Amino acid sequence: MPSPRYWREIPSRFRLEAVRCHGCGKVTYPARRVCPQCRGGELETIHLSPTGTVVTSTVIHVAPAEFAMETPYAVAVIETPEGARLMAQVADADLSNVRPGLRVSLEFRLIRQEGHGGILCYGHKAVPEVVHA
Amino acid sequence: MRDVAIVSAGMTQFGELWESSLRDLFVEAAVEALRGAKADHLDAIFVGNMSAGQFVGQEHLGPLLADQLGMVGVPAGRVESACASGGLALRTAFVEVASGMSDLVLAAGVEKMTDATDVTEVLATASDQETEAYHGITFPGLYAMIARAHMAAHGTTEEDLSWVSVKNHRHGALNPKAQFRSQVTLEEVMRSSMVAEPLRLLHCSPVSDGAAAVLLCPLDQAKRYTDRPVRIAASALATGSMALADRKDIAFLDAVERSAQRAFHQAGMGPTDVQVAEVHDCFAIAEICCVEALGLVERGKGNAAARTGYTALGGCIPVNTSGGLKAKGHPVGATGIAQAIEIFEQLRGEAGERQVKGARVGLAQNMGGSGASSVVHIFEGV
Repeated sequence: MPSPRYWREIPSRFRLEAVRCHGCGKVTYPARRVCPQCRGGELETIHLSPTGTVVTSTVIHVAPAEFAMETPYAVAVIETPEGARLMAQVADADLSNVRPGLRVSLEFRLIRQEGHGGILCYGHKAVPEVVHA
Repeated sequence: MRDVAIVSAGMTQFGELWESSLRDLFVEAAVEALRGAKADHLDAIFVGNMSAGQFVGQEHLGPLLADQLGMVGVPAGRVESACASGGLALRTAFVEVASGMSDLVLAAGVEKMTDATDVTEVLATASDQETEAYHGITFPGLYAMIARAHMAAHGTTEEDLSWVSVKNHRHGALNPKAQFRSQVTLEEVMRSSMVAEPLRLLHCSPVSDGAAAVLLCPLDQAKRYTDRPVRIAASALATGSMALADRKDIAFLDAVERSAQRAFHQAGMGPTDVQVAEVHDCFAIAEICCVEALGLVERGKGNAAARTGYTALGGCIPVNTSGGLKAKGHPVGATGIAQAIEIFEQLRGEAGERQVKGARVGLAQNMGGSGASSVVHIFEGV
């Protein structure tokens, strides 16, 4: 990924910027120009809460080259309190517990290194919420 | 709109074909289709191909392949819809003939995958790059998430998934063009190495080379080329949300249902009219979801179809008699055309040991990405 592309995607990756549609209220992540539900174009920028629940997941054992050193690792679709859904790795977790319904917080983490220059690409990973006794 | 028929077909062996290049594969399939119809000209060529640019560093396939076929000057172009590129090429050719724009059109598909260094990364470009591939998800991983969603919603088990592979290998063992002509046992599938939980190696279609081609013309001209044409009763394309996260029900393939409904409406038929079907089993869970979305089984009941023999040869509705993508192989751009060829042969009574007796109506469903595009064709013996 060339660096301008990475830079362009920083608002969604670093700040979890999404949009809420004025017409129908749907929250979409990352931000779009047209609401996928009602095709409305009046969209307000919001920030997703850094928490959510696992909707579905997998554990990757055969990975693309850039992630080969990290296997096995969990990836999940997570729903935030705003109703937006996003994909993220689930880190610091017992992989057998990454199942639908698991409550997670979204933490700012290094996601990957890209290209010969090794550009550090950040974003959010999900981490199971600590349950206090 | 004119009625359109397939009059001839050609197909290479599917497999790891180290001695054949992309152009060799295309020419072999195309020449066989032309010879079968004794055709000496073409009005147009459409080639389905997912990613020659990344697999072998070659774009601009239209003129290259027309040239290689000795057809310089003929209108030719490549169409792409990831793993549904072949199906989209067939649909494009169908529209070209149905509209009256052209009379004799070659719909082909080709993919040369074994020359590539990182096939997993190239295939992942059919997912949403910004929101999915960025996080290290793979194609098996996306279908694994669909599988877990299906397990949670409908009680599907790893054994249900495995029966799909057992069935399709059993069919593939009867297909001389198949990459794998070996049967596998349930135990072998369930012991195979883990790729993306819950999907194991033997739940996944292989990396393949291959090409396939069919020749289309108006039905009222078909007798010039063959005494057994097969009519294309419907050709439908639909899209769904690109990213898994944007789908209301991750366990259901909306685009497949939409494409099927459009096709059945166009053909004036319903799922119970279909006697043989080729569906896009890139992963075992995909066949389960596709037979549901096509209406061949009830929603949520796809998991039992392979285990009970409902979708096996000899069952109520044989699915993937060719061996499917799992056993026949999955050279992605060629797959949609190869599926049509299996149905073409079934409806002409040429499928040998795989023949579904008396089959008159067949369906082929080809899917792109994690289900974001789907093409359905319905065929009828004439």
